[in-house]
Amino acid sequence: MTTVTSTVAAPVHLSPNQRAWRRFFRNRTATVSALFLVAFVTLILLWPAISSTNPNAVSDAQFVKPNSHYLFGTDVHGRDLLSRICYGARVSLLVGLVGAVVSLVIGVSWGLVSGYAGGRTDAAMMRIVDVLYSMPTIVFVIVLITAMNATLAKTQTLSASTVRSLQFIGLFVGLGAVSWLTMARIVRGQVLSLRSRAFVDASRVLGATHTRILLKHILPNIYGIIIVYLTLTIPSIILYESFLSYLGLGIQPPQASLGSLIASGAEQINAVRIYWWLIIFPGATLALTLLALNFVGDGLRDAFDPRAER
Amino acid sequence: MYFLKRILMMAPLLLVISFLAFAMVRFVPGGPFDAERRAASPEIERNMRAKYHLDEPIWKQYGRFLNDALHGDLGPSFKYRNFSVSEIIAQGLPVSLTLGAVSFLFALGIGIPLGFFTAVNRGGLGDYAGSFLAILVICIPGLVIGPMLIMFFAIKLRLFPVALWGSPMHVILPMIALGLYFCGPIARLMREGMNTTLHSEFITTARAKGLSETAVLIKHAFRIAVLPVLSYSGPLLADLLTGSFVVENLFQIPGIGVFMVNSSLNSDYTMVVGLVLFYAVLLLVLNLVVDFVYGVLDPRVRYE
Repeated sequence: MTTVTSTVAAPVHLSPNQRAWRRFFRNRTATVSALFLVAFVTLILLWPAISSTNPNAVSDAQFVKPNSHYLFGTDVHGRDLLSRICYGARVSLLVGLVGAVVSLVIGVSWGLVSGYAGGRTDAAMMRIVDVLYSMPTIVFVIVLITAMNATLAKTQTLSASTVRSLQFIGLFVGLGAVSWLTMARIVRGQVLSLRSRAFVDASRVLGATHTRILLKHILPNIYGIIIVYLTLTIPSIILYESFLSYLGLGIQPPQASLGSLIASGAEQINAVRIYWWLIIFPGATLALTLLALNFVGDGLRDAFDPRAER
Repeated sequence: MYFLKRILMMAPLLLVISFLAFAMVRFVPGGPFDAERRAASPEIERNMRAKYHLDEPIWKQYGRFLNDALHGDLGPSFKYRNFSVSEIIAQGLPVSLTLGAVSFLFALGIGIPLGFFTAVNRGGLGDYAGSFLAILVICIPGLVIGPMLIMFFAIKLRLFPVALWGSPMHVILPMIALGLYFCGPIARLMREGMNTTLHSEFITTARAKGLSETAVLIKHAFRIAVLPVLSYSGPLLADLLTGSFVVENLFQIPGIGVFMVNSSLNSDYTMVVGLVLFYAVLLLVLNLVVDFVYGVLDPRVRYE
């Protein structure tokens, strides 16, 4: 009459997504990068509490080399570069994240509808993508943003801060609006292969609506790819924003992004004196951030790759 | 036959693209003559618009443009009024083409060997170092590397000219600034291509025949493994050949990349449409060439 307590753990049943996350955390580079990103984001969010330096405070100490007081030196207006980088990184990451989400929403919906509808709708929607692919994106972005700014400039009823935040939103939308094409193609390809599978037929027979099939049955199957592609879109949007800042279309001064900091550093290049810290520090911050994002994206891709399933 | 069809398909595509660009620039509030002569009387403004037919309905304007374009005339630039769009493109193009082609070769010359090397040493230290390098250059855009190159090699060491265009020495720094970034994607595609190819059956067959490892890698694997790089090359080359604003601006190089941006900013309608059209033609032709070469390299591909 002894009760036998099993010492063998019940077999763990993991969903494919859970297995993918396990694989991700076994990847050391990706995990370290993810931790770095978390630490970095925490730092730049808590920065106002750590340092009392105002990133926009102008002083007479122009072009001071990095020293114990100004760790990263000062810029042309004597502003503390370290503080500006912390605020700029926040803006860059925000732009990257929101821009990527905008591109994700457009790209996923486009790809879902196109792949699921099939036939002529699919052909027409994909031709539109082809046409947009064949145009230089920069013209698109500039037209979108200048149109937005010109419209905003005409409306005098809005306060300055509203205009600024609207410009901000315009930037997000503009960046997202040119980055969704690849996403749409990838999602469409996935949907095409999924929609003829048995479980889709089964739910259609059970009377599910198209919307329900798309959202409940097809979308969950492509979460992995969406997440992967999202992480890889963030760095490319951050890069694009830095390019726009160089054109003067990005973040407007005195606000800063990493890109606009690098751009204003590049303006100070002259043959007489080298202000290396104005390029190196924001550039290194940008590179490190992008590096970590890319490693995380790669790690996710490897983890969510269906061929990795054993 | 297939390629003939592709060439015929280009016409409607170009039609749509040109109309899209045509309508898009006109959609921006304000016009090409806004920035100059603030005090211009409404009459002058109206006459200007009438001279360039901007007062007509857009369909009529587009028809006029199309007719001119088919006769090889892209119209006068609205900003540089003594020049036609074709003249401006013809002026900047040789510079942008040279810089773009050299940067492309630079990116290939570093990216392909790097990707090949990392794939062959898969899992080894060389793979990690090489792959890290490939991902690192993706994180350093021309906007960062350009000023660094100028500061270090041109100003501090005085090895290269700081800016401008003319001698071969002027090409080196812009080439690195423009091309280095693209070594990354190329190396990654090459590595990916090699990894997939080395697992395919024809490689096993080649090995089973007793070919040397070098012959297997170079003669058999490479031509298939390089295909992803080839596909990537079409759009990349179109981008590089039409110039880069950042690099041309940093090094004060008189290419057409600067015009692409400035004309969009200034609502220089004819210029934007001309450049977009030029870019689209280049991209479509390059993609066609890429697909053709693809079929030559991979005998399994059949176009019908």
